[in-house]
Amino acid sequence: MTAEVGARGRVRSLVPSRASFPGWGVRLFSLLLLLTLWHVSAMRADSHFYPTPIAVAKAGWAMARPVQQTPGSYTVPVKRTVGDVIRAATMIEVTGLSVQIGELPYHIGVTLIRATIAFVVAMILGSVVGIMLGRKPMLNWLFDSWIVLGLNMPALVTAILCYIYLGLNTWALILAVAINKIPLVAVTMREGASAIEPELIQVGRAFRLSTMQMMRKVFLPQLYPYFMASWRTGLALVWKIVLVFELFGFSNGVGFVLQLHFQLGNVDRLLAYAVGFIAVVMVIEALVTRPLERRATLWRL
Amino acid sequence: MNVLDVDIRRKNFVSSNGGEFVAIADMKFAVPRGQFVCIIGPSGSGKTTFLQIVSGLDPKFDGEVRIAGQAPGMGPRLGYMFQSPRLMPWLTVRQNVELVATHRAVGQGMPQKLLEQVGLAEFIDSYPNRLSGGMQRRVALARAFVNEPPLLLLDEPFISLDTPVADKLRGILLDQWRARGATIVFVTHDLREAIQLSDRLLFMSASPGRVVLDVPVPLDRPRVPESAESEAFRAQLLAQYPALLAGLEKSRLQDGEAVRPAALGAA
Repeated sequence: MTAEVGARGRVRSLVPSRASFPGWGVRLFSLLLLLTLWHVSAMRADSHFYPTPIAVAKAGWAMARPVQQTPGSYTVPVKRTVGDVIRAATMIEVTGLSVQIGELPYHIGVTLIRATIAFVVAMILGSVVGIMLGRKPMLNWLFDSWIVLGLNMPALVTAILCYIYLGLNTWALILAVAINKIPLVAVTMREGASAIEPELIQVGRAFRLSTMQMMRKVFLPQLYPYFMASWRTGLALVWKIVLVFELFGFSNGVGFVLQLHFQLGNVDRLLAYAVGFIAVVMVIEALVTRPLERRATLWRL
Repeated sequence: MNVLDVDIRRKNFVSSNGGEFVAIADMKFAVPRGQFVCIIGPSGSGKTTFLQIVSGLDPKFDGEVRIAGQAPGMGPRLGYMFQSPRLMPWLTVRQNVELVATHRAVGQGMPQKLLEQVGLAEFIDSYPNRLSGGMQRRVALARAFVNEPPLLLLDEPFISLDTPVADKLRGILLDQWRARGATIVFVTHDLREAIQLSDRLLFMSASPGRVVLDVPVPLDRPRVPESAESEAFRAQLLAQYPALLAGLEKSRLQDGEAVRPAALGAA
């Protein structure tokens, strides 16, 4: 049954169709079922290291509010503003954004900005490199081994090297994440660029389309499915390795707090961050990835 | 004045193993305004190569081609219909036609008008993969005519269609040709189709291709497909030039395995 729902969900992501959608009712029920199982088992376990969903929600709520006043807290209350998020993530001073926020949105916000910049940079550079390699066999012969090297480079090595060369700062982190992602995007886009149909290009040339029309209406639409594929894998990868790279001596970001709460044994806060993190991913999925994919597949219906 | 002046001395392809293949040698003729010309030849006789030269898609050849006095790829846009419809699947029917239309044509509402005339009014906002093969070719036909080009190039556009569908499309083509006063170069290896459509037949030899026979079609319009007159004219041609028919019939049998210039690369 689960497998079937899973399979249907997958089909839906490729071809949006109302018939295969499981419905919000079913989704809600399935989520409630998971929460109930969690709650009951946590009650029975009765352990500090296995909190109930309610305890997690409480911890999350406390951390989400602007100034944290939890008794026995590891830290004194700190005022954090939206401006602080931007400064921590990009080292850019912004004035005027003095809305206070809690530590949970602060750290998630910092990580989100880092991931977004790294993602955008990697998508742009990876696409450019991939399209060039896919269109020019000569370049591909020359640089194919570089791509293979990049693909097999351990992510941590890139990160460590960036920190050594650029210092332990947020831009070194962003760069390290982007470098890890670029070869993956390039490989996918190269595949797309070499699968371009010469017949359609010929139509464009026979009717003498402008370079702009050729790009927008003939060339890029053929790459769009490949772009979306690397978008999906890219988002998942970037979002996860940002956390890992934040483990190295940073004082903000989700990676940093997870490490902190691991050392303090605060599983409830750990899980609260995880839930917050998942929520952000789902919002991005619903508001950005899905609509983009729908645009890509509209004509296949 | 002629819409098309052709004097191709030589067109070579070099295959990847260094071999040379002469696709066209000494092809010379002119087409006056408004004429419907059919070029008939066996597969591999350089018909498609010829169209690619005229349209400017293949600028590497020895000789001279002038369209309304200008070199291929210059001057006004031509209309082109390929062997397959070649529509952009991510664009709707209307968008496909508008893509190649000039500002002037769009301003005059030509895409809409033409799509209505080819009978696609209700599919104007559909995507091509919703359409049958015959309907996709109607879109390609509308696309070829949308700029009211001085010269249209058609490369066996009705190949692999059922006879009734193909006949219907031929009718639409003739209507548009008459209504817009276009000059048409239509490539085919089907003598019946050529006789039904054209004012003038140009027979090409097998590779290297050149014009071996240039005859007018002395039949009144409108013509009925496979009518007694056209069949008689066909029989007369075959009796007069038996060698030509031999080449055509042979090419039909060998269609799949015939040497095609495109397969030799370089394009």
